[in-house]
Amino acid sequence: MTLNPNLQPLQLFAMDVDPFAKDEIFISGLPDYLKQFDRQRGQLIPILQKVQQELTYLPAEALQAVADYLEIPVAEVYGVATFYNQFRFNPPGKHQIKVCLGTACHVKGGDIILENFERKLGIKEGETTEDREFSIERVACVGCCALAPVVLVGEDVQGHMAPSKVEGLFVRIQVEKEMAQRKKKRHETGE
Amino acid sequence: MKPENKDQIYQQFEAIRRQAEERRDAARRDPSPTILIGTATCGIASGALDTKLAFEQAILEQGLDARVRTVGCIGHCYAEPVVIIDYPQSGFPPIFYHEVTAGKARMLVKHFLEGGDPLFEHVYGAMVENDMIPSVMEFSRFNQEKRVVMEKCGHIDPEDIYDYIAHGGYAALAKALTLDPETIIDEIKTCGLRGRGGAGFPTGRKWELAADSPEGDKIIVCNADEGDPGAYMDRTILESNPHQVLEGMAICALAVGAHKAIVYVRSEYPLAVKIVSGAIAQAKTLGLLGSGILNSAFNLEIEVFQGSGAFVCGEETGLIQSIEGFRGMPRSRPPYPAQEGLYGQPTVINNVKTLASVPPIIANGAAWYRTIGTENSPGTAVFSVVGDVVHAGLVEIPMGVTLRTLIFDICGGIANQKKFKAVQIGGPSGGCLPETFLDTPIDFDSLTTAGAMMGSGGMVVMDEDSCMVDVARYFLDFTQKESCGKCTFCRIGTRHLLDILQRITTGEGRTGDLEQLEQLSEDIKDGSLCGLGKTAPNPVLTSLKYFRDEYEAHINEKRCPGMMCRPLMTYYIDLDKCARGCDACVGCCPTEAVFTTSTRKKGIDQDLCVKCGECMVACPPQYDAVRKVSPPGLAPVIERPVKNPDASKKASDNS
Ligand SMILES: Cc1cc2nc3c(=O)[nH]c(=O)nc-3n(C[C@H](O)[C@H](O)[C@H](O)COP(=O)(O)O)c2cc1C
Ligand code: SF4
Ligand code: SF4
Ligand code: FES
Ligand code: FES
Repeated sequence: MTLNPNLQPLQLFAMDVDPFAKDEIFISGLPDYLKQFDRQRGQLIPILQKVQQELTYLPAEALQAVADYLEIPVAEVYGVATFYNQFRFNPPGKHQIKVCLGTACHVKGGDIILENFERKLGIKEGETTEDREFSIERVACVGCCALAPVVLVGEDVQGHMAPSKVEGLFVRIQVEKEMAQRKKKRHETGE
Repeated sequence: MKPENKDQIYQQFEAIRRQAEERRDAARRDPSPTILIGTATCGIASGALDTKLAFEQAILEQGLDARVRTVGCIGHCYAEPVVIIDYPQSGFPPIFYHEVTAGKARMLVKHFLEGGDPLFEHVYGAMVENDMIPSVMEFSRFNQEKRVVMEKCGHIDPEDIYDYIAHGGYAALAKALTLDPETIIDEIKTCGLRGRGGAGFPTGRKWELAADSPEGDKIIVCNADEGDPGAYMDRTILESNPHQVLEGMAICALAVGAHKAIVYVRSEYPLAVKIVSGAIAQAKTLGLLGSGILNSAFNLEIEVFQGSGAFVCGEETGLIQSIEGFRGMPRSRPPYPAQEGLYGQPTVINNVKTLASVPPIIANGAAWYRTIGTENSPGTAVFSVVGDVVHAGLVEIPMGVTLRTLIFDICGGIANQKKFKAVQIGGPSGGCLPETFLDTPIDFDSLTTAGAMMGSGGMVVMDEDSCMVDVARYFLDFTQKESCGKCTFCRIGTRHLLDILQRITTGEGRTGDLEQLEQLSEDIKDGSLCGLGKTAPNPVLTSLKYFRDEYEAHINEKRCPGMMCRPLMTYYIDLDKCARGCDACVGCCPTEAVFTTSTRKKGIDQDLCVKCGECMVACPPQYDAVRKVSPPGLAPVIERPVKNPDASKKASDNS
């Protein structure tokens, strides 16, 4: 496994504002936010994409606000949002683990990798751990089949995954987390 | 088109071209070395950004004068990260290096850029013929390809429009602007170009249909939804050479009289979205898109629409629904989108590769295009060849090349000295072909006759260790989830197919299952509206036809010949081979299923084993003691020795 020097641990962990408070502020400002889009049905999917980009998921209040803005029934908005794989209705974990189950990764045992993550975290694909640290998703072909089986941790691609590498991945995340915490502490204590 | 405008169009284009060439020549005059790094998604996944960083740092540290440039993907996935170093002063031609890690990058800076030694042991080949280093063209992976669509991919910087223009880009658009729309359509009709999105519909006919439709706000859509879960050529093309696609769209718009165009890219492709959006902006700045293109009266606005990840939205009428903001459910045709499409307007929907084929055709003429490929399928086919081949990656070949040539010559055959078993072509809509079909030429009609399909160009090669029933189950699992639900047969029929396959792969298959699969498959084909349902049974039907014995082994003997179906196989350790005291497999087992026997060898606790196969990988090759068997009953029983006296007492009490 290669350590990605571009990965900035601090960005991952230094969340000073409570993420939920941030979400609420955004949702309450949605009616204004939406004004940048034309009030047209054709804008529905781009709007949902934008909102999800901001919130990482689509809470019920956001869907209601979108429905109000476009003047269509909220059931229509749900109908569309649930049709597409991109939209999710629960917040993902801080570390999103995406296991590729495209054709090439499937024949190279991607499902075994998925199971290992599920077992390790005690959650199923599509779920988030209780502490909101990790979530597991399956994706179809991330486009580097020659490295199959492939797993994405955040944006970071891990090629040639093996069950035994799963453990190492968590160790790395843990180490990075501790490093970030120490750094933060040093910063706070002014050392 | 006003003919008196012709000169102005050429003048305008010449001015831009001169600018591009001056930039290129200025760069060429600069004697300092240029390092080209492939940084499409695939390259990045293999660590190309680390490599780039290492080059930059090393160059800075050594105080050298060298340029690091990013290019798209050249399609040689097996070799990523790929780097080409052009160092004219060294006396060597441009050299292709493969698997350039950060460490190798630093070495190359030190030895080649500083010391003039190109490190022959790491050279893959030279990019041009010369008498010092063997050229890459001596490898069949290079010389048997014919690049039309991907010609410039990996050679130009996708984020620099001038690079494309200096390589001949946008000349076809300038030429097209001086032609009548009818002439363009005629050219596309004569060249015989067929849609590369799967169905192979003649592109010229589609354009003519739209051109002949009464006036209206005609629209061009580039279909880059690429839903096949094992294919990625469209994305790579957009990431590596977006302008060729945009140029093709502009020529298409010109021919049919459209002023609006949309690139429909899946949102899972963020880099492609970014690169295409940037390319549109650059083309507008140079007056190659927007209003009054190259001083002519032709206007074209291109937008990007991000698809939200539904396979069925690759189907053209589903795609239209989703742009309009609805669930992407296909509707019946006619009317065809070319007559009545997006918002009721005539809409030409073409695949990325179809559109990218257009500029070379207009530039070189229909007769040239017809010299490539076969009579009924002229031109090239782009495949992403993955799975158990040595040289996996993107391959562009002239139509008519046989599967054998593609898999064994161009892609280097099966990896790890294993035997070829099957090739899956066309993804969820396609089929698995056995060895007897290896001499089938690759073209639309031959593949369809064989029971597979050209499809979008996904090709998965499988060796003897793969299970055809499992592959069929995999695709059905996919189509079942992706069915839009409009047609009963597609919605419920695929579910039943999947249930039966699931049963078979878990050892619960019954007599009569195969007949039911066949009957149901035919019913689904008949009862479905769109291509998704109509082709969903293909993976089942072809594997039943060519690999029926595997299905029968699963049902009758509860045996998986490929030893892939985990409920039907098991791992055990051959005590004759296991080395006393070796611990290699113990640490790797995720469930601590490996135990030490009383003779200090290893055994597997079948209750704990999840059949991940890690122990087989971990076992040192000189012992090679881990075995796979199917059915599971064939494995010898090795009891876990009881550890502490308490437990042993209990055990003996019970006995
Ligand atoms: C289920 C389904 C999925 C499809 N997916 C794609 C796709 O991802 N990309 C594509 O270009 N065409 C796809 N098509 C084919 C399109 O409907 C359409 O035929 C094609 O975009 C036309 O372009 P062409 O004439 O250039 O091939 C799909 C068709 C079906 C039935
Ligand atoms: S065949 Fe399937 S995907 Fe196509 S329209 Fe019918 S239900 Fe939808
Ligand atoms: S197959 Fe996997 S789970 Fe089973 S013994 Fe080997 S390593 Fe452990
Ligand atoms: S199938 Fe996993 S990267 Fe392509
Ligand atoms: S190397 Fe780029 S797609 Fe494989």
